[in-house]
Amino acid sequence: MTGLTPKSKTPRRAIPPQERSHEVDHPSSPVAEFGIDKPLRLDCGVDLAPFQIAYQTYGELNADKSNAILVCHALTGDQHVANRHPMTGKPGWWETMVGPGRPLDTSRYFIICSNVIGGCMGSTGPASLNPATGKVWGLDFPIITIPDMVRAQAMLIDYLGIETLFAVVGGSMGGMQVLQWTAAYPERVFSALPIACATRHSAQNIAFHELGRQAVMADPDWDHGRYADKAVHPHRGLAVARMAAHITYLSDAALHRKFGRRMQDRELPTFSFDADFQVESYLRYQGSSFVERFDANAYLYLTRAMDYFDIAADHDGVLTAAFRGIETRFCVVSFTSDWLFPTAESRALVHALNASSARVSFAEIETDKGHDAFLLDVPEFFDIAHAFLESAGKARGLNEPGE
Amino acid sequence: MSLQQVLPLNGAAAREALAYRPDHLLIAEMVDRGSKVLDVGCGDGDLLQLLESRGIDGRGIELSREGVNHCVAKGLAVVQGDADTDLSNYPDDAFDYVILSQTLQATRRPKAVLENLLRIGRRAIVTFPNFGFWRMRLQLLIGGHMPRTENLPATWYDTPNIHFCTIKDFVQLCDEINVKMERAVALDSYARPLRFNMPWWFWNMFGEQGIFLLSRAGKAR
Repeated sequence: MTGLTPKSKTPRRAIPPQERSHEVDHPSSPVAEFGIDKPLRLDCGVDLAPFQIAYQTYGELNADKSNAILVCHALTGDQHVANRHPMTGKPGWWETMVGPGRPLDTSRYFIICSNVIGGCMGSTGPASLNPATGKVWGLDFPIITIPDMVRAQAMLIDYLGIETLFAVVGGSMGGMQVLQWTAAYPERVFSALPIACATRHSAQNIAFHELGRQAVMADPDWDHGRYADKAVHPHRGLAVARMAAHITYLSDAALHRKFGRRMQDRELPTFSFDADFQVESYLRYQGSSFVERFDANAYLYLTRAMDYFDIAADHDGVLTAAFRGIETRFCVVSFTSDWLFPTAESRALVHALNASSARVSFAEIETDKGHDAFLLDVPEFFDIAHAFLESAGKARGLNEPGE
Repeated sequence: MSLQQVLPLNGAAAREALAYRPDHLLIAEMVDRGSKVLDVGCGDGDLLQLLESRGIDGRGIELSREGVNHCVAKGLAVVQGDADTDLSNYPDDAFDYVILSQTLQATRRPKAVLENLLRIGRRAIVTFPNFGFWRMRLQLLIGGHMPRTENLPATWYDTPNIHFCTIKDFVQLCDEINVKMERAVALDSYARPLRFNMPWWFWNMFGEQGIFLLSRAGKAR
């Protein structure tokens, strides 16, 4: 039993946009429901209740519950790490990393991934129905933060009856959640693998997010966030936001290698604003395929959560204070061509961890694939992730496969 | 005294002696079991692996990205960093031992590095090639060119080693910054320890490398 078969129905074809709302409230993956007696305390001061967390699991939890790994997804990711996506029909977003024999080996570890609170794939968020009004939350949904996401995940881990996670793993916004886990619940995290991330969102990154949000809000169909009432979706604005963001996930070298100045299905320029260049066509495709599966308001909320993230600020401006005396084993990974979360950010984290005498490994991987490298086939990265979990497993006393 | 005399060779130790460099075995012998160690300039992590195999909690810093990635891929706790700039990030007394193996001569400010080693570690173990070794002297005196040996094969124009010293120089530096030498070993060209009852000048002439176990002499500032 590899556990790779999700405990859910997975249609092969993309779902039309109107069915997106169905996936929001009734996801095709397991759901943990928390009633009014178990509110989620949000940083903004609101108690969110009731709420639900949609999650996916792979592999088997061992008898002493010591082999659980929580995967935290990035901004536009979801819980479908290693199964066919219920809406797009595409493979899971991290199948290179998660599966039998992969670094996150589903034949040895119990892998959990939940949709973040504020998301749109089954966990409560701005696209969900507000039980108080019977309408979609929209902008009435409270602002959420990375610590809120992690607090909700901790409630899910309680719900699953797991005391300590063997590892918490994630890249980008997922990496931020990993760091928040170690800062908020150090005793519940045996090892941590934060990838291509930072302890705070930089001014440049906030600027890019603001660009994306303004693109969404400039779409007349956005209608102050109330588009669901009219059964429309600001797909043009959201597509532009995605196009801009997508550029930041790549690198100059990767774009050049992939597209250069090549033309799309034509020899000569059309002297118009058609997508003459392959890179234009590619970006338009990225934009239009994204809006099919993602909610515009959720994009606003999740980008905001990343903007607010600053671990040091939560500890009186002293980053080392966040990790003082921590016993979690860390492996920090960055990529040379990542200009969204450059190596310098990871190095600052490593310095803070060193100052706390934490057990930390730090590897910078050479690649021209940019920020997206953590989602792509980068063998050196897999080797490092595999070896890190292997040695952590030894320290944790996890059995070898087949034992 | 030969290596065999230093290390009692039972079966496991004999296997170790074959698998690891003799200077690494000597260093490992100086470190108490169960202690926490930082290896500065840990290369491919061979010494760290030896230490971990002996139940020592080892961490490493390495300048080269390839070296770091090799180490991390072996499951070692190693970070990319520079001995000259990154040691200042570690708090006082963070480690029981800080090791600087064959790296001192490649640092920009060896004195500052040495002071940092003994700030973050209660003890330091420093090994370095002895530039006073007779073959070095002979190459300069007779050959009239910058010395090159098997262990230091780089030419003067592409060597990373910018601060060579002799055993005598190093002992003087230790005196100057008020560092106590708890143990000193000089190894000959076959990596065998020279007799410890020999005078310094003999070590400085016939030792190809020096291995020093250092500690703070006291709070003299």
